[in-house]
Amino acid sequence: MTAPPVVEIEDAVVAYGGRVALDHVSLAVTRGEVLAVLGANGSGKSTLIRAALGLVPLAAGRVRLFGTGTARRSSHVWRRIGYVPQRLGAGSGVPATVHEVVSSGRLARRGLLRPARTRDRAAVRAALAAVGLADRAADPVSALSGGQQQRTLIARALASEPELLVLDEPTAGVDAASQEAFASALDDFVRGGGTAVLVAHELGPLEPLVNRAVVIHYGKVVHDGPVPPPAGHHASPGHDHVHPHADTAETGMWS
Amino acid sequence: MGIFDHEFMLRALLGALVTGLIAPALGTYLVQRRLALIGDGIGHVALTGVGLGLLTSTSPVLTAVVVAAVGAIAVELVRERGRTSGDVALALLFYGGISGGVFLVALSANKTNANLIAYLFGSPLTTSRADLAVMAVLGALVLAVTLLLRPWLFAVCHDEEHARVSGLPVRALNLTLAVTTAVTVTVAMRAVGLLLVSALMVVPVAAAQQVTRGFRATMHLAMGIGVVAAGAGIWIAGTFDTAPGATIVLVAIAGFFALAVGSGVWRAWHRAAAGTRRGAVTEAEPPEVVLQR
Repeated sequence: MTAPPVVEIEDAVVAYGGRVALDHVSLAVTRGEVLAVLGANGSGKSTLIRAALGLVPLAAGRVRLFGTGTARRSSHVWRRIGYVPQRLGAGSGVPATVHEVVSSGRLARRGLLRPARTRDRAAVRAALAAVGLADRAADPVSALSGGQQQRTLIARALASEPELLVLDEPTAGVDAASQEAFASALDDFVRGGGTAVLVAHELGPLEPLVNRAVVIHYGKVVHDGPVPPPAGHHASPGHDHVHPHADTAETGMWS
Repeated sequence: MGIFDHEFMLRALLGALVTGLIAPALGTYLVQRRLALIGDGIGHVALTGVGLGLLTSTSPVLTAVVVAAVGAIAVELVRERGRTSGDVALALLFYGGISGGVFLVALSANKTNANLIAYLFGSPLTTSRADLAVMAVLGALVLAVTLLLRPWLFAVCHDEEHARVSGLPVRALNLTLAVTTAVTVTVAMRAVGLLLVSALMVVPVAAAQQVTRGFRATMHLAMGIGVVAAGAGIWIAGTFDTAPGATIVLVAIAGFFALAVGSGVWRAWHRAAAGTRRGAVTEAEPPEVVLQR
């Protein structure tokens, strides 16, 4: 008997107040795959991964992660998943150090009220090193650049030593140095046998790592296979496309 | 300094110190979640509990804890369901709470000689031994929750979605925080009163943030500031015969401004010193982001 797919989405429908964001989408991701979910803003690509994680309810269909449905998922399943949201949450009314934020990712592996063990501390250190922020551990997150904050969130996901990484626009609005740091962290993760699903506007330095791409258009899968070649001015040689801000309007294949 | 020779002053001091310690510990989470004013609302609701207690001749502290906890859980359920129309629901709850409290206290006026003002603005000088025992027990409970559950409560308040995907018991943690808020409000009722509770939850945290870099450091410094403000406030109130609850809060606010100005001056001085060390020809750092247009 073979292991179930890491991610299994069957006929999923998500609607926001009558507007269909995800229209009968089916998708399976197997172990070791690095899947890029591509699409324009508002195409439903973020909704797809949020539905997979159970963060938005399904109107119809079914989602399984590691062979388990959302309702039955215990902490033993959740700890195998590392989630990297698009940006830091709203809870920043009080300063928090990089180390504190990354450590919170380790709690999935640490039982409630259990003190951190040597192994927990080592995992947090390793996650910080993997994204190149070991020397910033004691700094407040708010003092970091956007790219460094994004790397903090990736380290937080890596701290639980997940088998599946789910990343929502990890490179949007991220400086080139952080994109490289992120690509190498993802490369290490995949070499270690990890599976990754990432939503992206464009791949940049991540492209060599991605071995499958799905394009979402108006809530439907319109392409599933190798990464499609870029079009428009993105394709021109020497085109150094760095997005300083996530919400800058732009033209290109995915827009 | 003989004012603490009187036992009632000593009891006032101890009660205020417990309040000064626990209110900012809990308040750190509320400020982190940008719900700084929720303590105020829970304080309003607790007044209904006080009124119920006075009317039925049961301990007002006990009824206040229960009613405030129910109110805090209601607030949490409103928050969980999303923001739309949430603030109107909260307004109904808070103003219903304070009106209900005033109504019930007035009804019970011929049975007891309880003073509404004492509950609204605190009356630490009337702290009894029994009050102190209740405050100590409830205070220990609040400290246990806020300190022992810190990493988990931090994770939930910092990024609730991520906490959910991490498999943390988000709802249980949120409800724990809500009930602990209610307990804190009730403990603080004696020292600073229900209308000033929120100040002691928020102002020390805001003051601590002026100089801290991390969450744990902010919490610990805020607790220290809370204790100092409570102690100094009671001493000033006892010595100069001022209103104790208000004095404690004013001392905390003075602490906020002192730290804000102090850290501003320190940073400016530091920058100037660093500038002279490096000399005039400091090269600008390379930009982090390459702008396209």
